[in-house]
Amino acid sequence: MNVGDILKKVALVVALPLVLFVGWYVLSAGSENFYAPPLSEILTAFGDTWQTERLKADVAPSLVRLFAGYLLAALIGVGVGVAIGLNRRLRATVEPVLEFFRAIPPPVLVPVIMLFAGIGNGMKVTVIVFGCIWPILLNTVEGVRAVDSVVLDTARSYGVNGPARLTHVVLPSASPQIAAGLRQALSIAIILMVISEMFAASNGLGFTIVQFQRSFAIPEMWSGIILLGLLGFVLSVLFRLAERRLLRWYEGLRAAQRAG
Amino acid sequence: MLEVKGLRKVYRSGSREVEALRDLTFTVDNGDLVCLVGPSGCGKTTLLRCIAGLLDPTAGDVRVNGKAVDGPPEGMAVVFQEYGRSLFPWMSVRDNVELPLKQKKVARARRTELVEQSLDAVGLSGSESAYPWQLSGGMQQRVAIARAVAYEPQTLLMDEPFAAVDAQTRADLEDLVRRLWKRLGVTILFVTHDIDESVYLGQRVVMLSSSPTVVQDELIIDLPAERDQLTTRADPAFIAMRTRVYEQIQAAKKNAGQ
Repeated sequence: MNVGDILKKVALVVALPLVLFVGWYVLSAGSENFYAPPLSEILTAFGDTWQTERLKADVAPSLVRLFAGYLLAALIGVGVGVAIGLNRRLRATVEPVLEFFRAIPPPVLVPVIMLFAGIGNGMKVTVIVFGCIWPILLNTVEGVRAVDSVVLDTARSYGVNGPARLTHVVLPSASPQIAAGLRQALSIAIILMVISEMFAASNGLGFTIVQFQRSFAIPEMWSGIILLGLLGFVLSVLFRLAERRLLRWYEGLRAAQRAG
Repeated sequence: MLEVKGLRKVYRSGSREVEALRDLTFTVDNGDLVCLVGPSGCGKTTLLRCIAGLLDPTAGDVRVNGKAVDGPPEGMAVVFQEYGRSLFPWMSVRDNVELPLKQKKVARARRTELVEQSLDAVGLSGSESAYPWQLSGGMQQRVAIARAVAYEPQTLLMDEPFAAVDAQTRADLEDLVRRLWKRLGVTILFVTHDIDESVYLGQRVVMLSSSPTVVQDELIIDLPAERDQLTTRADPAFIAMRTRVYEQIQAAKKNAGQ
């Protein structure tokens, strides 16, 4: 790829966000609406609001809750998913129940979980785990179940059994689908982090945004929403980079299959 | 010695029963190269999976050196037809060949040596760090053969290994199998649906009937040990034997039709 191509690619990626941003800026420039202030005001508020102290006091706790909940959900989801995926009888027993739990909209659980887990960090992490574990769990079950029979025959006839079978055969084979589940779960985790903080908290991004709204600090509220958007964007870019690195073989395999 | 005695396999699903193998008996002596040939859908793969210990027969038994097979036997390697599915796409060629050796607890230095030697033997030195899907079909099947060779088996099962590669590659791979067999002294059971291939490769050809399968006939291939794609295939003795095998397979199909 030469410099021209790279510039073209960057331009394509940046173009639409730039147009939207400029559009918002221009259209809102003379806004008299109290609830939709000019973007210039929001940007000034953004700079003033999100200083080191606030990042430490509100953004850091949110991120800690998010990662704790997400990692816990990933560990439990993949672990239990592998167990269910490998065991046909267990799968038949628990699958309907799992589908039921998955169908419950996770925000509904916040008040219920508050009753058991209080309003501290434990509650928020529990909410995140309970909400985002399902796509991880169900995708892992599906990925493990779908391991190619020839792959399993090969492993068996060459004595690849026990833990080696899990780490060298079953998990790598299921990894593209597990990654798909993890990707879905990441966006759910962010949503639940914010919602749980909006219900009951004394710090965090969700809490701060609600505080701004209640005290009619509208530009500050908007700046918080923009920060949330940026956070989600950065996390999904990081996820995609990690995925592309770890699943390089899968991309290559698919490209080779498409080429015939 | 590989002994198959009275082997029968019936698949059951619900109240439906399908008899794939009816009654199969044959033996392969140590160091022999025997080809199994039969009409399409005659249960060759079922038979091979029973011998490999991947499938329990309904009746009869398989013995390797006198020991009954009730799981994948030690010292047996399998080359599957679907190389694209049998090689692990998440591993490099080297790791694919090395993994079974790690499981066998072969020491690291010896592993490296075996991987190198076996890839060299199939003409793939220098492809160690490639992924299987970066290679052509014929090269992938060479990797699968290298994996089997590195495993240092006494018995090698090959399940229609060249069914999915083009004709020229196939001829090269047939010669490769003959070469490796002579050099390593392994016992090879080679399953194929290709009549010419079975006569070209084998010391003996076991012909199977249509499903439910029995042994239709056996034929000793008394061609010279040095075989060549050009002269052997043009040899009148070769042509006579391939005609005989062909007739038997046709007869098997006709019997099944009645």
